Amino acid sequence: MSYSSVTTAPPKVAQPMTDGKRKQLNVWRLRAPLLPALLVVIAVTQAPFVITLYYSLFRWNLVSTSARRFVGIRNYLGAVTDPVFLKAIANTAGMTLSIVAGAIVIGTLLALGLHRNFRGRGIARTLAITPFFVMPVAAALFWKAGLFDPTFGLLGWSTAALGLGKINWVSEYPRLSIVILTAWQWSSFALLILLAGMQSFPVEVTEAAAIDGAGRWLTFRRLMLPHLRPFFELTALLASMYVLENFAAIATLTAGGPAYATTNLSYYVYLEAFSAFDLGQASAYGIISLAIAIALVMPMLKVVAGIFRTGGRA
Amino acid sequence: MNSKVGKGAFNALITVLTWLGALAMFAPIAWMVLTSFKSEQDAVSSPPLLFFKPTLEHYRRIFDNEFASFAINSVLATGISTAIVICLAVPAAYALCVRPVEKWRDVLFFFISTKMMPIAAGIVPIYLVAQSLGLLNSASVLIVVYTSMNLPLAIWMIRSFMNEIPVEVFDAVRVDGAGFFRELLLIVVPLIMPGLASTALLCGIFAWNEFFLAVNLTTTVSTLPVFLQKFLSFGQLYTAQVAAVATLLNIPVVAAGWLAQKSLTRGLTFGAVR
Repeated sequence: MSYSSVTTAPPKVAQPMTDGKRKQLNVWRLRAPLLPALLVVIAVTQAPFVITLYYSLFRWNLVSTSARRFVGIRNYLGAVTDPVFLKAIANTAGMTLSIVAGAIVIGTLLALGLHRNFRGRGIARTLAITPFFVMPVAAALFWKAGLFDPTFGLLGWSTAALGLGKINWVSEYPRLSIVILTAWQWSSFALLILLAGMQSFPVEVTEAAAIDGAGRWLTFRRLMLPHLRPFFELTALLASMYVLENFAAIATLTAGGPAYATTNLSYYVYLEAFSAFDLGQASAYGIISLAIAIALVMPMLKVVAGIFRTGGRA
Repeated sequence: MNSKVGKGAFNALITVLTWLGALAMFAPIAWMVLTSFKSEQDAVSSPPLLFFKPTLEHYRRIFDNEFASFAINSVLATGISTAIVICLAVPAAYALCVRPVEKWRDVLFFFISTKMMPIAAGIVPIYLVAQSLGLLNSASVLIVVYTSMNLPLAIWMIRSFMNEIPVEVFDAVRVDGAGFFRELLLIVVPLIMPGLASTALLCGIFAWNEFFLAVNLTTTVSTLPVFLQKFLSFGQLYTAQVAAVATLLNIPVVAAGWLAQKSLTRGLTFGAVR
């Protein structure tokens, strides 16, 4: 279905115009509806990156008395020789990977269970997707006091009841606590998308496969899994997009500690800028985080954009 | 016969496991709601209490401190930013699908790629610009940043809904000679109303729950996540009170999410699922 005919339709203008001018006007007429959104996104989310890049070349600390001065790439040298920053990179990668993988595994298992007919299926699905809607700060705050707490929390108590002793989750396993909490919320999201993917699988294909004598497992592996592939990719992409910037859970549960064990890049930039007030160094950290995010997510984005491009009009 | 019985038992087992999984997912939320009805002493009893004398004390006390002013800011930041997002995203989606600009694919790719970039990398300039404009610690600054934060996803979602309008509709309109605004407001918008609603809902959820920008750009005039964060310093003292606040402020989002499950998934898969 092509709309190319539209571009050649004559515009309604009073005065006669040259062909070139008319074409030009027409092109801008098509672009006009797009411009407000494009300008807002560029001004608020892209321009700051350029300014950050500029700041990152300066020695600029708000608590020091010396004025801002140009230092070239010194902040970047400071970044790559800062063990905490390197740790933050490793933490970001490790936590993001575990959270997204955990969410996809749990989401898939739940979706497989819910992609069947049984009584109360709608209720079970509704309960299982609810964590996704819960405010991350609220979830983290309550998990800390009501679940992870060794004395009064539900999890602390159950490990004691099972004879494993009172585990102080947040201080003994800080990273695992963050992963559990965040993966819990994103499992719901994975379930939402993967279940939709399973339900979009045509029933006739399953029936035809059954008539041909293919077992359930074979049908699943050969037909359902390939069908689900774009949905897995989409889940991984959208989840990593948000989990890479996981901030609420870290700020609330562990404040990045102990000893930076749970500090990710977003949290480290925040500490450097708003606790240490070293704006130049924080900017350099920000630019490096940006580069890492682009390197990690862009290839995934290309894959997903290719799949969901179908259905385009032009 | 025997294998049929085995199959039935297997199915029942999977059903039980599925229920257990769903209940396990919901358990923390159920525990939170339950805790909100406990007295503070009951909330920090060991072992944790399943049965207790319920009290509405904490819900009564929610409005004692500044909760209301934070709630108003949350409503303003969420409502206004979402409204602006929809107003900007509908024409943009139109220009990317109904009458596409040249290189619309690249533009679409650009929009979604901005979502991949960590906002932390831009927070210092955003803070300084907001400071020089006197916008720090206000709902206005949050409205601006939430609008740009949600725009790319909204454009993608709305475009996927517009894609499903049959071409014949537009052909008929063009014969009638309707202008751009009439075509958009009288034809396109009514046809994608459910899609717009689910897009607005998702943007609303992200704005309502947003924490990083709120905590960096605002302090006293801020939204509910920042209000909630202040309880952190009290430790176990107010577990039940925290549970009550958390329960109350999650009700709108969870209720909306429950009601819109289906259209939400459709939007999130960018129209790949009908």
